[in-house]
Amino acid sequence: MTSDRTRIACAMAVCTALTGGIAAQGVPVVPTIIRPATATRPAGANGFLQRWLILEPIAVPGQLTDSAVRTTVSRDYFPGQLTALPQNGDMVTVDGKPLEWHTVDTTKYNVNLFHFAAGLKKPTSNVLFWVVTVVRAPQDMRDIRLAIGSNAASVWWLNGAEVISLFNDRQTVIDDGVSKRVTLNKGMNVIRAAIINAGGATDFCARFLDADARPIIGLTIDLAATR
Amino acid sequence: MDGRAAMKTRLAFAAVLLLVARAWALDGDLGLHDPSTIVRDGSRFYVYVTGAGLPMSVSDDGWTWRRAGTVMQSMPGGKPGVEVLARGGNNTWAPDVMKVGDKYFLYYSAPGTQPKSAIGLLVGKTLDPQSPEYGWTDAGPVVWSDGVEDSNAIDPGIFRDPTNGSLWLTYGSYFGYIRLVELDPRTGKRLYPQRTPVNVAINSEASIVIFRDGWYYLLVTHGSCCAGAASSYSLRVGRARKVTGPYLDRSDVDMLQGGGSLFLGSSARVIGPGHFGLLDLGDGVQKFSCHFEADLDRGGISVLDIRPLLWRDGWPVAGDNVAAGTYRIESVRTGTALELAVEGVPVGGRRGGARGGGGRGGNAGAGRGEAPPPAPVPAQEAAQVAANWPGGAADARLSPYLLQAQQKWSVTVVTNAGGYPGSPYFRISVAGTERTLTATADGELTVLPAFTGDSEQLWRIDQLADATYRLMPKAVRGGNAPMALSAIGGSSPTLERVDANTDRQRWLLRTP
Repeated sequence: MTSDRTRIACAMAVCTALTGGIAAQGVPVVPTIIRPATATRPAGANGFLQRWLILEPIAVPGQLTDSAVRTTVSRDYFPGQLTALPQNGDMVTVDGKPLEWHTVDTTKYNVNLFHFAAGLKKPTSNVLFWVVTVVRAPQDMRDIRLAIGSNAASVWWLNGAEVISLFNDRQTVIDDGVSKRVTLNKGMNVIRAAIINAGGATDFCARFLDADARPIIGLTIDLAATR
Repeated sequence: MDGRAAMKTRLAFAAVLLLVARAWALDGDLGLHDPSTIVRDGSRFYVYVTGAGLPMSVSDDGWTWRRAGTVMQSMPGGKPGVEVLARGGNNTWAPDVMKVGDKYFLYYSAPGTQPKSAIGLLVGKTLDPQSPEYGWTDAGPVVWSDGVEDSNAIDPGIFRDPTNGSLWLTYGSYFGYIRLVELDPRTGKRLYPQRTPVNVAINSEASIVIFRDGWYYLLVTHGSCCAGAASSYSLRVGRARKVTGPYLDRSDVDMLQGGGSLFLGSSARVIGPGHFGLLDLGDGVQKFSCHFEADLDRGGISVLDIRPLLWRDGWPVAGDNVAAGTYRIESVRTGTALELAVEGVPVGGRRGGARGGGGRGGNAGAGRGEAPPPAPVPAQEAAQVAANWPGGAADARLSPYLLQAQQKWSVTVVTNAGGYPGSPYFRISVAGTERTLTATADGELTVLPAFTGDSEQLWRIDQLADATYRLMPKAVRGGNAPMALSAIGGSSPTLERVDANTDRQRWLLRTP
C-alpha cells in the first residue's frame, strides 16, 4: 500500500493524480480528484460536499436490485463500518485484503469514483465504495434534507440513521435521492454512504437542501474532526 | 333565444329545480339557472341565480351546495326597488356579484316585457345571512333598455381591471348588443352616466370580462337556452388589448359581427353550458362556473358546475375535473413516476444479465424466417407480484415508469367525505390493492396497507392552468398550511407547502 499511497501523494500534488492510469485515445483525462490543500473546506457554491474519505473499492456482486443491494450493504466488511470515523491512510482488511482510506477533494460537483479507483489501479466494476465525510453546522438546522445522486445504487446514513436508499442501475442526477426532513446538529455531523457499481462510470454527489429546497451553502467540511 | 320566450321558461326553472338533489358533477342541490360568479366570503362559497327573489345557494367546500333562501327576503317588500321596477320589471334574473373594497355589489336583471329591462344594484356588507351585518340596500337601476333601442339590459357581468382598479359592467342579450359601461368603485353605479355605452358584441348573452397577461377576454354565451336537452347554449370567447375592445375571436372575427370562439359546448352527459363565471382560488388554481341546461344524469334539469380553467397559447381552455380511473402519476419536474417503494419485477419477468437478455439485439432474430413472431407480453397486475411486497406501511418513491404494478394508482371518489370546488376528495391506492397513499404527521408520505377514510388519505386534485395537476392531502395531522405532493428529488416525493411557481408540485395523470 505504500506504493499506492506514494503514487496518490505524488500524483495529486501535480494534479494528474489518480487519473494518470486511465488516459486513452490521446485525449487526456482531466483530473477531478485531488489531495486537500486546506484543513477544512466550505461546501461548494451550490452546496455540494466536495471533500470525502473514500475506502478503496471492495469487490462485490454487481447486482443492483433492492434486495441485492440490501444484502450487499448489510454485510459486515470491517469493524465499525457504520460507526468509525477513519483518517486518511487508515487501513482495514476485507476478505483478507488490505484497503486504505483516502481523503480527497473533487474539483467538480460530483466525486468521480472511477477516477479514484482507476488512478489507484483498483477495479471499478462490481465494487462497493464506502465514503464518509463530516460536516460542521453553525447551529441546529431543522427540516433540512440530504440530497444525493449516485451511480449506481447507494445507501446513505446521517449521524448513524439511514436516510436515503437508491437502487437499480442509474446515473448520477443531482438531488435524485432526497431524504425526509432531518436535523443537522450544531457542530459535527457524519454522512456515510455505501455506493455499489456494476460497471462503467461510477460517481456520486451530495448536498443539503433547506426547507424551501434551496442548497445550503453555510456548511463546513471538517475531516480533521475524525482525528 | 329570444328574451321574451326565455322569461317564462326561466321562471319555471326556478320553481322546479328546488325539488331536485342528487350527487353527480357537484353534490347537493344543484338545480339552478343563470348562476352569478361564485364568490367566497369567509369560509363559504355563494352563488346567486335566476328566480323569484333571487335565490342563493351556499357551500362550505365548493362541492356540496344547498339552497339558502333569497336575496329579496332581506329587502323591503321582497322585491326590487321602485325605480328599478319602473325602468324594467319585477322579474329577478341572472345576477352577478363582486366584492369591491369593503362592500359587495350585487347586480341583477329586472326585466319587464323584454327588451324593456333594467339592471338593478344591491349593496351589502356580507354574504352571510347569519351575520348581524347581513342585509342588502337598494341602490336603484344602473343601466336599462327602453324596449326599442338595440339593447336588452339583462345578464350583468362585473369586471375589476387589475391593471388600474377600474370597474366595468357588461350586459345584454340577443336583442341588440352586449354593452360595456364603467362603474364607480365607490358606489357601484355608473361612473359616467352621460356617456354612451360601448358596444362590444352581438348575438350573445351572459357576458363577462376577465383579464390575463395583458389581454381582456370577453366570455359570452351563444345559442338558445331554456329548452332542456334541445338548448344550444355554448360558451364563446374573444379577446382585446383594451377593455373597450374590439374583441376578436381566434379567427379574428369581431364579436360585434357575431364572432366568438368555442370555449365549451355540450359533451358527455351535459348539454348547453352558459353563464361563465371566473372562480380564482389563488395559488395558481383558476376554475370557472357555469350552468348546463340539461344534465342527463339528473333527469335533464339545469345544474351548476365548476370546472378547471386552463390557458393555452393566450386563450382560455375549459379543463375537465379528474375522473376516477387508473393512472400513472408522473412528475413534471423529474419525469419519474410515483410508486410504492417495493422491488419491481420487469413486465414479463426477469430475463437475466445486467442489461437483460432481450436488450440490444436480444430479439434480433425474432419475427424473421421460420421463427414465430414474439408473443405479446401481458400487462402486469398487482395480483401477480404483490405477494412479494412487504406487509405494513411502505414508502412512496419515484422511479422511471416501467409499466409495473406498483406504479399504477387507482384514483377513486370517496363518497360522503366532502370535496372542494368542482370535485369530491379522492382516494389514491395502488391499483388492485388496498395500499393507500397517506400524508404523515411530519409532512412526508407513506403508503398504508388499507384505506381508513382519515383526512390524511383524502386527496384534492386540482388541474392547473397548464393542464398539469396538483395533489393535496385534505389535512396533514398537526399542520395548518396547505401541502402539496412534491417531487423534491428525482426519486423522492414529499409534501411541501403549496407553491404555484414550482414544477416540483406539478403532476401528470396519464393512462398507465
